[in-house]
Amino acid sequence: MVNTIILMDISMLQTIGAPVVIIGGLGLLFGIILAIASKVFHVQIDPRVEQIIAALPGANCGACGLPGCAGYADAIVHADADINKCAPGGTTAVTTIAQIMGKEASTQTRKIAVIHCTSGGKQSTNWKYAYQGIETCKSAVNIADGPNSCSYGCVGYNDCVAVCLFDAITVDEYGMRCIDLEKCTACGACVKACPRALIDLVAVDKVVYIKCSSKDKGAIAKPNCGSAHPCIGCGICAKKCPVDAIMIENNLAIIDYSKCINCGRCATACPTKAIQDLLVGMRKKAHIISEACIGCTICAKVCPVTAISGELKQLHTVNDSLCVGCELCVGKCPKHAIEMI
Amino acid sequence: MGYLGEIFVMAMTAIFIQNFVLSRFLGLCPYLGVSKKLDSAFGMGMAVIFVMTLASAITFLIRKYLLLPYGLGYLQTISFILTIAALVQFVEMVIQKNSPALYKSLGVYLPLITTNCAVLGVAILNTSQMRSDGITTYNFLDSVLNGFFSGVGFTVVLMAMAGIRERLEYSDVPKAMKGMPIALILAGIMALAFYGFMGFKL
Repeated sequence: MVNTIILMDISMLQTIGAPVVIIGGLGLLFGIILAIASKVFHVQIDPRVEQIIAALPGANCGACGLPGCAGYADAIVHADADINKCAPGGTTAVTTIAQIMGKEASTQTRKIAVIHCTSGGKQSTNWKYAYQGIETCKSAVNIADGPNSCSYGCVGYNDCVAVCLFDAITVDEYGMRCIDLEKCTACGACVKACPRALIDLVAVDKVVYIKCSSKDKGAIAKPNCGSAHPCIGCGICAKKCPVDAIMIENNLAIIDYSKCINCGRCATACPTKAIQDLLVGMRKKAHIISEACIGCTICAKVCPVTAISGELKQLHTVNDSLCVGCELCVGKCPKHAIEMI
Repeated sequence: MGYLGEIFVMAMTAIFIQNFVLSRFLGLCPYLGVSKKLDSAFGMGMAVIFVMTLASAITFLIRKYLLLPYGLGYLQTISFILTIAALVQFVEMVIQKNSPALYKSLGVYLPLITTNCAVLGVAILNTSQMRSDGITTYNFLDSVLNGFFSGVGFTVVLMAMAGIRERLEYSDVPKAMKGMPIALILAGIMALAFYGFMGFKL
């Protein structure tokens, strides 16, 4: 009796013990082999790649043109890619990467998205018909050229809001889209999402925008525009621009931002108020500090509106009625004799 | 029929008649996932051939000398999974260290294969399949060869799929059918076509 119990115990021990020992032993053996192998076959991965991945925002937006942040980090280290391609990371990311790579940080001017249309809201759109369908801009613009009268304008189904990864586009109480200048990273997602191509990336230091994209002639654009601020292609802005930065193409004014000096003259002149000027009424006038001026004439030469006059080696003066407050002279004066008041 | 003839039958069976993807429906995940581009399909195929051959050899030895003597045949699935996962990890490390070029073309697919059911499938099928005499089961060489040919079968089908899908990219597919839907229909048609090989008399 006692013997059988002991025998049973031994056979039970075997039934349970053998698989435990064998499978456990296998696991242990493989574990040890892998642990040793990971030391023996250790491959040095460039630590800079991981540092750069940590410095990048990790949104994987693809604005750099490479597949994801890890791909971009790898390209920076191994393929000598430019370090300033990350739009969402902004200057902080670029300077961090520059430190990691020991490169000079050549920051791009930060850009922001600008919607070139003032309609698209509940009250600011002329409707052609009541659209009842999938609530996306992409779908709406496909039916009879869109539900709004203006075939170039915003249809207001907020595709751009949906695609923004950074919550930078909000919709206000009037149904208009507002871009948060702080949150916008110029990743370009909304630019691609807008089926009417109304959105454009503009350097953040530019303050004057054409807020219309209509290529219709004035007589058509005017009644169609729900917000009453259409560009009618009259060309007054182009004539008023002191630096010839505005061109009229297909009945639409376009600002060449490489030339624009932010003077805002076009916005003042526009008969339909289709040009937005963020600094309207806030511009200061140049003032020459008489003690510091040596009469070098540099300011007079650089002034786009010839508001500064004066003889060589004589005190120069600013004509306040002509000065547009572009601040070009301030930067050029070798004696820092010009201030904005 | 000599041994060479037997190997030929085994190859035909593994590649066409009992193809892993299209008639056993194993390894469907990489079949749909990695079949978008021909060169990555080729890389994946090579990795699968490599791992299947190696896994067949190791699992055969483990089963024959470790499990069966102790009557632990019922533990083959878990021990095979353990073995294959460890093996793939180990091979990946070795390749990464010794052959960076091979690692670049093959290495990215290796982790995908760790848990691939086709690899486990070939290991388990090797234990149950009969040789042509109908009495004895596969020996070591048979198992390795069967693993190799099964991998070749997987590669053939994967590359055929990738070739067709590359051309589909340029064809005018209705919008709702673009991408995965048409790929699944394509997979179904290919499976039907391979069903025709069932009639082979070898």
